[in-house]
Amino acid sequence: MSILDARSKQLRRSVIRMVEADKRGHIGPAMSLIELLRVLYDSYLNVNPRDPDWQDRDRFILSKGHGCLALYAILADKGFFSEDEFDNFCKPTSFLGGHPERGKAAGVEASTGALGHGLPIGVGMALSAKIRQKKHRVVVVMGDGETNEGSVWEAAMSASKHQLSNLIVLVDHNKLQSYGPTYEVLDMLSMKDKWTSFGFATCEVDGHSIENLEKLFDRLPLDINKPTAIICHTIKGKGISFAEGQPSWHHKSGLKASDFEAMYKCLE
Amino acid sequence: MRKTALDSVYSLAQNDERVVFIGSDLGPGVLDEMKKSMPSRFFMEGVSEQHIIGMAAGLALDGFIPFVNTIATFLTRRCYEQVALDLCLQDLPVRLIANGGGVVYAPLGPTHLAVEDIAIMRALPNMAVIAPCDANEMRRLMIASKSWMHPMYIRLGKGGDEIISREEHGFEIGKAILLKDGVDGLFITTGVMTQLALQAAEQIAGHGLNCGVLHMHTIKPLDDEALRKYIPQVKGVITVEEHTKIGGLGSAVLEYCSDAMPEETHKIFRMGIPDQFATQYGSQNSLLASWGIAPETLCETMLKKLK
Repeated sequence: MSILDARSKQLRRSVIRMVEADKRGHIGPAMSLIELLRVLYDSYLNVNPRDPDWQDRDRFILSKGHGCLALYAILADKGFFSEDEFDNFCKPTSFLGGHPERGKAAGVEASTGALGHGLPIGVGMALSAKIRQKKHRVVVVMGDGETNEGSVWEAAMSASKHQLSNLIVLVDHNKLQSYGPTYEVLDMLSMKDKWTSFGFATCEVDGHSIENLEKLFDRLPLDINKPTAIICHTIKGKGISFAEGQPSWHHKSGLKASDFEAMYKCLE
Repeated sequence: MRKTALDSVYSLAQNDERVVFIGSDLGPGVLDEMKKSMPSRFFMEGVSEQHIIGMAAGLALDGFIPFVNTIATFLTRRCYEQVALDLCLQDLPVRLIANGGGVVYAPLGPTHLAVEDIAIMRALPNMAVIAPCDANEMRRLMIASKSWMHPMYIRLGKGGDEIISREEHGFEIGKAILLKDGVDGLFITTGVMTQLALQAAEQIAGHGLNCGVLHMHTIKPLDDEALRKYIPQVKGVITVEEHTKIGGLGSAVLEYCSDAMPEETHKIFRMGIPDQFATQYGSQNSLLASWGIAPETLCETMLKKLK
């Protein structure tokens, strides 16, 4: 199991700080994403916080919009907006809502929250780059529960048909959805085989290993004629020992001071 | 009307590199010329409407103007959440060209009838809802669409519909057209119901009364100004639509009147499809007539209203 370094702990503390503002949030789904987003923004995505709408930027879509706390944490860390806004999470006029919206927080490319929307949008963006012969890439992060949605597979077929090698899909495979284990709610069987059979170049990785993620991102795309799907094995709630692998930590509300104290203690 | 719409897409695409076409699984040969001359902007994506709407949103987010075309039911009910969130929430200039609005596909049964499309599209913020009455108006709409940078739902009729629109009326999104002036009664119509209302108005003239026809090609944004101007001038108003009476043109007119000139609401009577799935096949006209939507019934109803 990967041990969290200081930066991974700091990003998780940012998540908890946001949750403190409204005493609620999707904690488990954010914690499984931290290393994926960290490595993407540190080492892969070509984006500019000072010019978030720069035309040739890579596009990033968090299709599992309920993981937005992790996205907000890394975007602020990169300078897209001030961490001061964390304390306004979910407040009426904040730009940080319970799901990310384009046009509110800088760096958010698409409004997501309803599942199964990010990949079709990503396919459109990847096609756009192709039509205009641009070199930028489109990265879509999905949840494993999200792949229950039929629209995901409609888009996957289209991405394959158009040989969108500029499209990278990361599946946050934490094996838990809201109700319980994915294999009990709706078993996706082999996630990798599914994406392979839909025409993607695929691989699997420890989604909490900085080193493995960096190495993998260095060799993208996996195939110059295919879109890529990376199955990232993760732990829901990662870093908060009592939340790890617990469906009840998918979303929490009414959290008390003692809960926050316990969460911060895990990250010391 | 459909051929004109698609020909117009190609024509727009020739002059604007942002225009792309996305079909689902349309008939063979659709827009072949566009496919040949600009293959990178022609897409036939298969029976995957949810994906198609999202893909159109992705293209629009990058500055393209996608025209999406398939059968009206599949472009509305099937992918409603995508239309709501991907297009309307993000306020993107995607055009939905809906084949067979209303009961055009009567012989194919209720799975293929789009009789609540106006209601559900109208309920979405940022969405424009437009039902042209003939191919010429369709052409004018497509030209006008160039400057409309929001989502738009375009409801197509059967095709071969009688040409009643006139060049001199022009076309402005959100501006109703008074096709016939009248002092006694007024039909307010949309889409190809305008043809029926014009016939009914002629029949009414035989009874010594003069009824006007206000063609509201745009149901949203609603032309409040036209309603405020014309409704008070007459004794009776009938709205006519090839759509359930719930939430369509008649509802929109009544909502406006209730809010802005409640003293006029008693004049308004709605004609449309009752709250039921179609139980017959036949033709568009026979099915409409089974619900009392025909020039003769429009005429009778107006005469009663004006008594």
